[in-house]
Amino acid sequence: MTDVVKSYPPSQKGGDPVVAIDGVSIEVEHGDVYGIIGYSGAGKSTLVRLVNGLEKATSGSIVVNGTEITSLKERSMRTVRGDIGMIFQQFNLFNSKTVAKNVAYPLEVAGRPAAEITARVTEMLAFVGLSDKAKNYPDQLSGGQKQRVGIARALATSPSLLLADEATSALDPETTSEVLSLLDRVNRELGVTIILITHEMDVIRSLATKVAVMDGGRIVERGDVFDVFSRPQNPASARFVSTVVQGVPSPVEVQTLRTRHDGRIVTFSFRDGNNSQAQVFLDLAATGIRFELVYGGINDIRGRAFGHLTLALQGEYAAIDAALARIGSYSEVTEVH
Amino acid sequence: MEKLLDLLPQLGEAAWETLYIVAASLVFGGIAGLLIGLGLYVTRPGSILENRVAFTVINVLVNIFRPIPFIIFIAAIQPLARLVLGTGIGNGALIFAISIGAAFGISRIVEQNLLTVSPGVIEAARAAGAGPLYIVRTVLLPEALGPLILGYTFVLVVLVDMTAVGGYIGGGGIGNFAIQYGYRQFNPIVTWAAVLVVIVFVQLIQFFGNALARKIMRR
Repeated sequence: MTDVVKSYPPSQKGGDPVVAIDGVSIEVEHGDVYGIIGYSGAGKSTLVRLVNGLEKATSGSIVVNGTEITSLKERSMRTVRGDIGMIFQQFNLFNSKTVAKNVAYPLEVAGRPAAEITARVTEMLAFVGLSDKAKNYPDQLSGGQKQRVGIARALATSPSLLLADEATSALDPETTSEVLSLLDRVNRELGVTIILITHEMDVIRSLATKVAVMDGGRIVERGDVFDVFSRPQNPASARFVSTVVQGVPSPVEVQTLRTRHDGRIVTFSFRDGNNSQAQVFLDLAATGIRFELVYGGINDIRGRAFGHLTLALQGEYAAIDAALARIGSYSEVTEVH
Repeated sequence: MEKLLDLLPQLGEAAWETLYIVAASLVFGGIAGLLIGLGLYVTRPGSILENRVAFTVINVLVNIFRPIPFIIFIAAIQPLARLVLGTGIGNGALIFAISIGAAFGISRIVEQNLLTVSPGVIEAARAAGAGPLYIVRTVLLPEALGPLILGYTFVLVVLVDMTAVGGYIGGGGIGNFAIQYGYRQFNPIVTWAAVLVVIVFVQLIQFFGNALARKIMRR
C-alpha cells in the first residue's frame, strides 16, 4: 500500500469528510504474519477491507500479488478476492447452510467441479479438526468451532493471503489460544500470509512477526514485533505494550512504590543478546548495596527475551552512584525520580 | 338454520373460490412483491447494488400505492384490468386487483425481513468473490427464508381479508357469500357460518406457516 487515503462523505451537509485512513503506506511480504493494532475507530478494519476491495480507496495505490487493485472494476475485483481469504470477529457463517456447505461456498463461487469441492471440503474440515461436524449447522457449534469453520471457509480456495479482522475478539481466552495456534499452523504449514487486525496486544505477541500500530487513521509505529515490544517509540504503542508487558512503572505507580520502599528507585532494561542481568546483580552485590526487585519482569517473544526490572536500592549515595555508572557502561539504566 | 342447510352448496363454492383467489393472488402478488422488495433491499444505500435513484423511485412508488384503501384501489385499477384482461369484473379482475394492491405491501414485508440478515454474512459472501445476484440467490434469500415464510403467512391472512370485498366487482368468495346471503337477507346465522369458514382458513394458514418457518429455522 502506498499513500492510501480513505475518506467518507461528511455525515452532515457542509461538514468535513470523515477521513478513516490518512495516508498509509505499508508493505506485507510473503509469509509474514503482519499484525495491525489500534483502538476502535483507529481505521484498522477499514484498512484491511481496502486490501480485498470491500472498501474502495479514495486515493493511493494498493498492489496485491502484483495486481494494482485500486483501478479494478468490481467484476475483476471478484477474481482477486478468490486469492484472498477473510475471517471475521462475528464469524459471519451462513446459518442456513451446513458446515460443509459453508466451506464449499467460495469453491462454488469460483465454479470448481463438484468432485473437487467435496474433496477440498473434507480436507479443510480435517485441517481445522471439525470432520465430525460437516453436517451440523453453525448454530449448533461453539464460538471457537465457528471460527474454525470460518478459517476453513476462508482457506478453501487455497488463497495466498488471509485477512483476519478481530478474529479472536469474540472468543474466551482459552478458545482464543486455540484459534491462534490454528492460525499459526495456517501460516507455517500452508505458507499463507496473514494480515491480522486486533486491539489485543496479546494476539500480536503470540502470533505476529511484524506489527503496525494505528492511531487516528495513520500508522504511528511499525516494525519487528520484538523491537516494538521491547522499545516502543510512540505513546500509543507504549500503551498497547503496557497492556501485556509490565515494563517501566508509570508516574502513578512510582508514587505507590515510594510509599512502600525506601531508597533510590532504578530501572534496568534488558534485551536479548547479552546476559547482563547476572552481571548487574553481581555488581550491585559487590558494592554491598541492598537491593530489592519492586516492579517489572522478563518477557519472551518468539524465543527472544527482553524486560525491565525496577529495583529499590539502599546504601551510601556515592556507592550507588559508582555502581550505576559501572552498570551503565554495559546495560541500560534509568533512575526514576 | 334450515336456510343455511339449503345454502351449503353455495357456501362450499364460495369457500373454494376464496381459496383459489387467494392462491392465485399469492402467486402473482407474492412474486411481484418479492421482486419489488428485493429491489428496495439491493438498491438501498450501502447495499450490494446501491443506487440512489432506483431506490428513491421504488420507495416513492411503494409509498404512493401501499396506503390506498383496497376498496378504492379495486375501483381505481379497474380500467387497467379491462385493458389487460379485457374485463373489469369477475374473479379474474379481482385477482388482478389483489395481486397489484398486495404487491406493494408485500414488498415492505420482504424488505424488512431481508434487513434481518446480518450485513456481515453478506460481506463474507462478497469477500468470497460472489457477485450481487449470486449473493441474493445463494445467501440473502436462504438466510432470510424463515422470517420470509412468517411474513408470507401474515400476507396470506391479509389476502383472505382482501377477497372479502370481491363482490363489488362481481367476484365471488366467502365475503361475497356473507354479504349476499347473510347480510342482505337479514340472516346472521348464514353470516356467522361464513365467519366460521374464514376463521378455519386463517387458523390453518397460520398453523402451517408457523410449522414451516419452525422447520426452516430449526427451532
